[in-house]
Amino acid sequence: MVAGMTIDTQQPAARTPRTTPMAAPTVTATSAAAAPTLIRLEHINAFYGQKQALFDVNLDIPDNTVTAFIGASGCGKSTLLRCLNRMNDTIPSARVEGAIRMDGTDINSPAIDPVQVRTRIGMVFQKPNPFPMSIYDNIAYGPRTHKLHGSKADLDELVEKSLRRAALWDEVKDRLNKSGLGLSGGQQQRLVIARTLAVSPAVILMDEPCSALDPIATAHIEALIDQLREHTCIVIVTHSMAQAARVSQRTAFFHMGKLIESGPTDQIFTMPKLDQTQDYITGRFG
Amino acid sequence: MKQLTAATRARYFRRQLVNRVMGGLCIAAAGVGLILLALILWMLFSNGLAGLTLDTFTKPMSQPGSGGGLANAIIGSLLQVGVGAMIGAPLGMMVGVYLSEVGKESRFASIVRFVNDILLSAPSVLIGLFVYQIAVLPFGGFSGVAGSIALALIAMPIVARTTEDILRLVPQAYRDGAIALGSRENEVVGKVVLPAAFGGILTGILLAIARIAGETAPLLFTSLGNDIWSTDMTQPMASLPMAIVRYSNTPYPEWVALAWTGAMLITVGVLVLNIASRFSYAAVAGKQGG
Repeated sequence: MVAGMTIDTQQPAARTPRTTPMAAPTVTATSAAAAPTLIRLEHINAFYGQKQALFDVNLDIPDNTVTAFIGASGCGKSTLLRCLNRMNDTIPSARVEGAIRMDGTDINSPAIDPVQVRTRIGMVFQKPNPFPMSIYDNIAYGPRTHKLHGSKADLDELVEKSLRRAALWDEVKDRLNKSGLGLSGGQQQRLVIARTLAVSPAVILMDEPCSALDPIATAHIEALIDQLREHTCIVIVTHSMAQAARVSQRTAFFHMGKLIESGPTDQIFTMPKLDQTQDYITGRFG
Repeated sequence: MKQLTAATRARYFRRQLVNRVMGGLCIAAAGVGLILLALILWMLFSNGLAGLTLDTFTKPMSQPGSGGGLANAIIGSLLQVGVGAMIGAPLGMMVGVYLSEVGKESRFASIVRFVNDILLSAPSVLIGLFVYQIAVLPFGGFSGVAGSIALALIAMPIVARTTEDILRLVPQAYRDGAIALGSRENEVVGKVVLPAAFGGILTGILLAIARIAGETAPLLFTSLGNDIWSTDMTQPMASLPMAIVRYSNTPYPEWVALAWTGAMLITVGVLVLNIASRFSYAAVAGKQGG
């Protein structure tokens, strides 16, 4: 509190990041800074019919990092997330301009098959959506669709590995043939994450993955997100500022379809460069 | 309560009275329906059981006094309804999948949906006459195949409609989940949407079969009817509804009794199909729902 007041009364220069150690986040912040850019968004404009939802968004998303998109409802953060795996292609009136570069390829180009993009960039939705089939078949869906496995034993192993990575194996190993719909909300969300992991995506997009879950299930998912970061790039849309602060290393703040500010999460939350960001984070936002 | 004015109290009693009168009318209406249904079933079974013998299932139709049965009509009905369902159900399912998953609100889909609704309510005799023009006259005679085509044309719009309705009940979240895993359109429909809706679609098909099993008018101009034992579908073919029409209008008590028995057999068949559809739905839902 005292530090905050000091910043406010001093010159603007004091807002630039300082070298003061900030306890725990320092380690993650350093590793985030070291992570190479995996996806580069260049001049993204998105439209639904005549209405423009995103205005000239430019953003680098690093690998092995959790990037949080925050902002008020309707600010375009979910639209941008759905640009990344071409989900907007399924909405007839939607149009996305600009380049989304991943490994030097523009995955937003019409020449690129969206189905191939989606095998590399998985997605977890707001409401857990396991298919109405067994837990095993849910996980095996992706590998079977893309013929990723050889023998039945391969598939068994892949299913177990995916469930273990999603921290769900111990809870479901005795009921793999039971319906996925019989699980609790939090388990269903981890099942869906395991289903996504089974196709080994380089990126996982999460659209408010905890908004339908209770606090304990939320804590499970957040711990899981932190583990997954080791091998995957994660982009998460969240309405919870506290969640963004807990799970992400980088944060991008959106307002009315524009990217207002982005940077390391600890910096965005403690020393935002713009007053608009500060107002939103401190809840003084209209 | 003592604060209530006279006007408030009057309104309170009037509302209570209206509620009770309306509730009573609903129960009375349901009761009338149930009583009528019970009377029909009682008449059907009391008359039908009287004519039911082993001969009904083993002997074909024959002259009065010679102890005939309904075997050829039963087998004729099974064949024509079976082939009709095998043609109509897959076609109807494909139309339903197109309307729900591919065409959606497009102009062409709207036209198809409209035409399907017209076909759904078209008089069945019209369908019989249409098939007479395309499948009886050109091939020089009545046939079981023509009967099946007519029945298929009646079953198809029913299956199309129920398939579309059921597919629309499948949550969009399943489709999104499958798309996000890199499924193509056909994989989304074939591996996720259709299996999720399987119980409902099966119910629709069974109900369509129940409907065509009792149809008479479309068979009048197509398979005509036949008194002898025949499983050749290129020839005129007997069926239970046609046998009922033929036998009930005669002065021979033996034939009239067989007509009742035939009507009972159709009713029992439809009943079994309806019960089966409920079980199939519950079984599939149970397997998916955990």
